[in-house]
Amino acid sequence: MSEVDVRGFRAESLDHRNQRNQRLFQLMFGLMTVVLIVPVVIIISLLVVRGGPALSWEFFTAYPAANMTAGGIFPALVGTLWLVAVALAVSLPLGVAAAIYLSEYAPDNLLTRLINLAIINLAGVPSIVHALFGLGAFVLFFEFGTSILAASLTLAIMTLPVVIVSTRETLQAVPQSFRVACWSLGATRWQTIRKVVLPNSLSGILTGIILEVSRTVGETAPIMFTGAVFFLPFLPQGVMDQTMAMSLHLYNVATQVTGVPESLPYGVALSLIGMVILLNSVSIAFRIHLRRIKKW
Amino acid sequence: MVSGKSSIKLNIEGLKISYGDHVALKGASLEVRENEIFGIIGPAGAGKTSFLRAINRMDEMTPGMKVEGKLEFNGKDVSEWRNLYALRSRIGVVFPLPVGLPMSIYENVAFAAKLRGVKGRDDLDEVVERCLTRAALWDEVKDRLDSLGSLLSGGQQQRLTIARALSQEPELLLLDEFSIAVDPVTTMRIEEVLKTLRKEMTIVLVTNLVQQARRLADRTALFLAGEVVEVGKTKKLFSGEAQDQRTTDYIEGRFG
Repeated sequence: MSEVDVRGFRAESLDHRNQRNQRLFQLMFGLMTVVLIVPVVIIISLLVVRGGPALSWEFFTAYPAANMTAGGIFPALVGTLWLVAVALAVSLPLGVAAAIYLSEYAPDNLLTRLINLAIINLAGVPSIVHALFGLGAFVLFFEFGTSILAASLTLAIMTLPVVIVSTRETLQAVPQSFRVACWSLGATRWQTIRKVVLPNSLSGILTGIILEVSRTVGETAPIMFTGAVFFLPFLPQGVMDQTMAMSLHLYNVATQVTGVPESLPYGVALSLIGMVILLNSVSIAFRIHLRRIKKW
Repeated sequence: MVSGKSSIKLNIEGLKISYGDHVALKGASLEVRENEIFGIIGPAGAGKTSFLRAINRMDEMTPGMKVEGKLEFNGKDVSEWRNLYALRSRIGVVFPLPVGLPMSIYENVAFAAKLRGVKGRDDLDEVVERCLTRAALWDEVKDRLDSLGSLLSGGQQQRLTIARALSQEPELLLLDEFSIAVDPVTTMRIEEVLKTLRKEMTIVLVTNLVQQARRLADRTALFLAGEVVEVGKTKKLFSGEAQDQRTTDYIEGRFG
């Protein structure tokens, strides 16, 4: 009976190859990461170099002037904050509630699987389709007109899948044994969710918020038919008003208006990215805090 | 409580448990008497854990789990309980691996009381101290009640879950191989606790340690591949007077 000399085999022929492969794969994955980072670094540095000079206190606090070729971005900044706030106020409770149902209550049957499939597909619908839906549904059918409400509802519908999926994933990451232990103590499903499942899912829900805010701030198509306008000489007073928005403003100064100084669109773009980072840093700070007190 | 009928805590006849096509328990019949420690021994896959899950109606929370037959708790079939939460709150459960809920030691033990609406800090303090003391854990944790339950050692966590089960003031305590992740010394300490608990509650002790059943159980049942092979006085079974040869073989370690 012939046996393979496993030890000898390894030592003689494999160790050398394994070591070489080890280095090769590490190098390969490292390079790919660098390739990923490069465009981000280039974009940010380009924006800082070209757009930096445009930034000033006045840029953030003044209205656009001289047919958009001068002045600041104040109403667009405020408008985007409105849109984000109203969109979040709608989609967060709705999305979290749907995720709780799907993760904690829904039986595993054909209907649930269809709903899950529909949600994933909703995430893949192009934003221009959402825009037309928003125009048809909110602006015309519900007669909200072109308003912050119509635009934010459109944005909310568009970002719902993000909130639902990220919340559902984080709920399902809570160990089942916690639920079983809770039920055994005589807790109802809702008590279990409120006392054990949700408190330990906040970090994932915040991830959903971060993704949603980033998308809401950046999207242009869904708002241009539903509530955002080229220029307004005053700030919106409520959700039924129209508004300017950062993303649409960037589109306009970059492509729709002539005679704009080169630094202006870059300045708007830089402010837009800065705004996303600033808004998200709140969630990120909270997440770091949560991770520090993580309980299992 | 003096009548013959009320001294039977669990009355089980023809209990069948299945998960889809897989049958975990094929028609078990036995009774568990008030204030006894009822041992259940048997190899893995015998249906012991499924049996415990059926008692506190976990089938309701487990997709695919189906329970048929008669399972009476205090003379009333558990399938007839409208308020399952009330049923479960009367039954304490300890799992094989300790499940410290992601909250402090104090909150773990105060949880069941809070669910029932106990609010006063003094009342909760009292429950926490009493239950931790009974689970032989108080002295080790009294100075760090606010630290996380999951930071305790395995043996301490298991005593924490026992304290938590006791905080329900259960009539029935279900223990599922509680000593699997616990060192022998701690196991002995918990066993001492269980002996004192017998006065106040009925205990069903599922164990993979035959000797543990011998030490603790008044009566013992052998489960084998979904069948209840034999139920009898522990002393009898362990003194070679078992009716079924398989019981003797299992107890003497010839298989399983």
